[in-house]
Amino acid sequence: MTQINVRVDGASYSDDVEPRTLLVHYLREQLGKVGTVVGCDTSNCGACTVHLDGQAVKSCSVFAVQADGSQVTTIEGIAGDGVGGALHPVQRAFHEMHGLQCGFCTPGMIMASIDLLKENPDPTETEVREGIEGNLCRCTGYQNIVKAVRHAAAEMRGQAPGDPEASPAVVDTAAAEHVVAQS
Amino acid sequence: MTAVEDPAAPETPVEPAAAKEVGQARRRKEDARLITGETQWTDNIVLPGMLHMAMLRSPVAHGRITHLDVSAAKERPGVVAVYTGADLAEEQGSLPCAWPVTPDMVNPGHPSIAVEQVNHVGEAVAIVVARSRTAAADALEAIDVDYEPLPVVLDMEQAVQDGSPLVHDSTSSNTSYHFVFDAGDAGTGADTEQAFTDAEVVVSRRFVQQRLIPAFMEPRSVVVQPSRDNYTMWSATQIPHILRVMAAMVTGIPEHKLRVIAPDVGGGFGGKLQVNPEEILALLVARRLGKPIKWTETRGESLMTAHHGRDQVQFIDVAADRDGTVRGLRVRLLADMGAYLRLITPGVPALGAFMFPGIYKFPAYRFECDGVFTNKVPTDAYRGAGRPEATFAVERIMDELAVELGMDPLELRRKNWINADEFPFTTVAGLQYDSGDYAQATDQALELLGYDELRAEQQRRRETNDPVQLGIGFSTFTEMCGLAPSRVLGSLAFGAGGWEQASIRMLPTGKVEVVTGSTPHGQGHETAWSQIVADQLGVPFEDVEVLHGDTAISSRGLDTYGSRSLVVGGTAVVKAAEKVVLKARKIAAHLLEASEDDLEFAGGKFAVRGTPGASIGIQEVALAIFAAHDYPEGIEPSIDAEATFDPENFSFPHGTHICAMEIDTETGFAKIRKYACVDDVGTIVNPLIVEGQVHGGLAQGIAQAMYEEAIYDAEGNLTTGSFVDYLVPAASDLPHFDTGNTVHEATSNPLGAKGVGEAGCIASTPAVVNAAIDAVRHLGVTELRMPLTPERVWRAIHHGGDGGDRAAAVSNAQGVTSSGAADASTGGAQ
Repeated sequence: MTQINVRVDGASYSDDVEPRTLLVHYLREQLGKVGTVVGCDTSNCGACTVHLDGQAVKSCSVFAVQADGSQVTTIEGIAGDGVGGALHPVQRAFHEMHGLQCGFCTPGMIMASIDLLKENPDPTETEVREGIEGNLCRCTGYQNIVKAVRHAAAEMRGQAPGDPEASPAVVDTAAAEHVVAQS
Repeated sequence: MTAVEDPAAPETPVEPAAAKEVGQARRRKEDARLITGETQWTDNIVLPGMLHMAMLRSPVAHGRITHLDVSAAKERPGVVAVYTGADLAEEQGSLPCAWPVTPDMVNPGHPSIAVEQVNHVGEAVAIVVARSRTAAADALEAIDVDYEPLPVVLDMEQAVQDGSPLVHDSTSSNTSYHFVFDAGDAGTGADTEQAFTDAEVVVSRRFVQQRLIPAFMEPRSVVVQPSRDNYTMWSATQIPHILRVMAAMVTGIPEHKLRVIAPDVGGGFGGKLQVNPEEILALLVARRLGKPIKWTETRGESLMTAHHGRDQVQFIDVAADRDGTVRGLRVRLLADMGAYLRLITPGVPALGAFMFPGIYKFPAYRFECDGVFTNKVPTDAYRGAGRPEATFAVERIMDELAVELGMDPLELRRKNWINADEFPFTTVAGLQYDSGDYAQATDQALELLGYDELRAEQQRRRETNDPVQLGIGFSTFTEMCGLAPSRVLGSLAFGAGGWEQASIRMLPTGKVEVVTGSTPHGQGHETAWSQIVADQLGVPFEDVEVLHGDTAISSRGLDTYGSRSLVVGGTAVVKAAEKVVLKARKIAAHLLEASEDDLEFAGGKFAVRGTPGASIGIQEVALAIFAAHDYPEGIEPSIDAEATFDPENFSFPHGTHICAMEIDTETGFAKIRKYACVDDVGTIVNPLIVEGQVHGGLAQGIAQAMYEEAIYDAEGNLTTGSFVDYLVPAASDLPHFDTGNTVHEATSNPLGAKGVGEAGCIASTPAVVNAAIDAVRHLGVTELRMPLTPERVWRAIHHGGDGGDRAAAVSNAQGVTSSGAADASTGGAQ
């Protein structure tokens, strides 16, 4: 057992872990951060993507001991503070653009997308597709994920996210539903 | 609207509420928890005292267990119990097969854990139960097991030869069943044979539907909590209701003592339409130990042991006249069952049998299929289940016939398809197609694609001998959806019905609880059902909550598969809402001191005709009846209702998909240049969800054409046993899709919905392969094996044939897509 000190989603933790424990298993099983999920055992699917000191990593390819002294942000830590806190623009965009179906890949996809937009705030469709190719989705065919990432990018740049393909007759329920879900 | 089957129903029909929600692109209610990580996946469940189960799996494809010693594993730290197949032989029963397609079908049975013999790699031979997941996994290594190898049977064409080794000692051949459908004289095939005798042209082909893996993103997981003789099972399943019935039958646990919950479920695609060995074993172990048990598979276990799909060899012949009029169709299939018959394994090709004639007016048709045992993991439902295989074959051979006749492939299709004014049309396979307009969808798709310009570009590239050639491929398809009707499923020997159930409870505050027997795993039922109920009851969308996936809440249901949810389950919701309005009407009439016949219901309000101001909202009625201070005799103090729907016919979505494909003739690299499709799925409840379903289906259908194949080596090991080798496409592997819709309502349900979940997956595969062949046909290529790996395409161009079999596929395929390679961009620290 090795002791590690990490900050996860703003809270400090000091824990004993086995040297072989992967970061994703530490997050899920010791901290109860089950928003981050395990989708494969070969680091191909990206479902377990979190931010380690601000950079996207697949938490199945990082030992928990490697996170010692680091800041980890998971899907549970990117919205605003408190119950029903404001969603991150990328979270909101996935909802707006229907960038998810079963939702299993979604936390990892959102975390990877946030990192992508940090490096490239105005990606083309091709750049988004290449930027998230380490994250697999089996439901959406990716088109609406790409749309969501570009939509969020525009918003984060301070532009109106004008998307010529955005469906008409949009009725939003995100904010209200989010509060309901958490209350 | 169809009549409501309620003896108390008044003579006057219910006026439908003014539609306003159906048709809108409502953002999904489901998303809130999914985008914030608050989802309840089965693997997130932690119970006090919970133990973890791990399976030792056979590395041998066919062998007798000669030695199995688990004593050392029992001594390992954290281990609570270890069981072998022999330990559980008395109580484990046989896993169910619910679809005996012929009366004489041979089913050798399927133990959840091998007792004496293993028949495919990955079959469980021992179970470790330990205090932690890692302790259970570690202890597997301490189990000592030896196998006496038996001859391995992998190729279905060899498996059916006389003298082939047998997968099962208890059978006399590797053929499980021989299923025949003949549209001719009492099954003699006379009409079909005559059609081929009379025809001026016959084109014959052999197509291979490679083995695919559903590869849902959430690995399978099950948690069982025993409490004396009651059991609660959470499972990542598409079929909690069917699973409960089947698990009760297999284990002997009384059905009313077993509650099954499908919490959030991360994808299915048919892959979670199963009664898994591990679900049964978790129940058996929980019963023995009296402790909560969890099992969650690794991705490697998932790819190796969850059922696979497709895997057919198809021989198809089409007869036609020189002018292009088709005369007859003959199909002979070998379908790989794998080592066992699982829940609907044998039914998959039989279901497909009815779709080979596609949208064409074939006057004669004969279908024969052999279900074949091999030493591979069983096949079963995978998105489309039988229909993609059929659609591929007919859409490919129509292209080949067009070439034979020197006709344009679209002209040939137009000449033979059912015209809009011919619906309803009974096909040679006995299905009654109810509505549609193939020409309209095709015209729209041509426009979306920019067909004329691409054909001109194709011509230019050919004339200039461009190393990159362009091809255009069509798929004009239909499918049978909305699985039900129960009596038809019965006539096909399916073990269950196809009805669906729903109930609606109006709560005192006017909020509405909807309970559906349909069980979503990404399809957006909570949103779509809310839209339907909001319109039917005239209540706000936000006031509706949809509950599902728990047999203690949703007592009856037949779950989600085969694009049946909206068509059957959504209609059950409509019918329950109609009953709610009928009940509320009686109470409203009482409260308004009016005759029921004088009330009109619109926009959520009952109003007295001709008396302005005399009205009451249905939500106010709900509160009044909750108080129950004043209600008429003979009325129960509730406005709840339940309904069951069983349609009279399937529904038949259709569409036209067109793929423009670039092929680099120097490298064999194939790339989709443009993809356009127009689907007719009847009434669209939520265009956002419909579009998303089409996109996802396209990705899977294109993946079959271009990337995915489950490959076994000569010893029966799955060599595509991880996402490094089994190439689920990444975002960079797929094109942008241009999609559109036409709307011809289904006549088989009051919503007019046809079902959309499988359309993209069924239609796209032949469009892509037809496009690839069209690109290089002038170079002598007449067939390409799927998936279209660069080497395979290159070989076909430069050496002829279909590009070769699967032997070289893994190494070739690894170059195709970045998804397979370890990816550094987000892979992070090593």
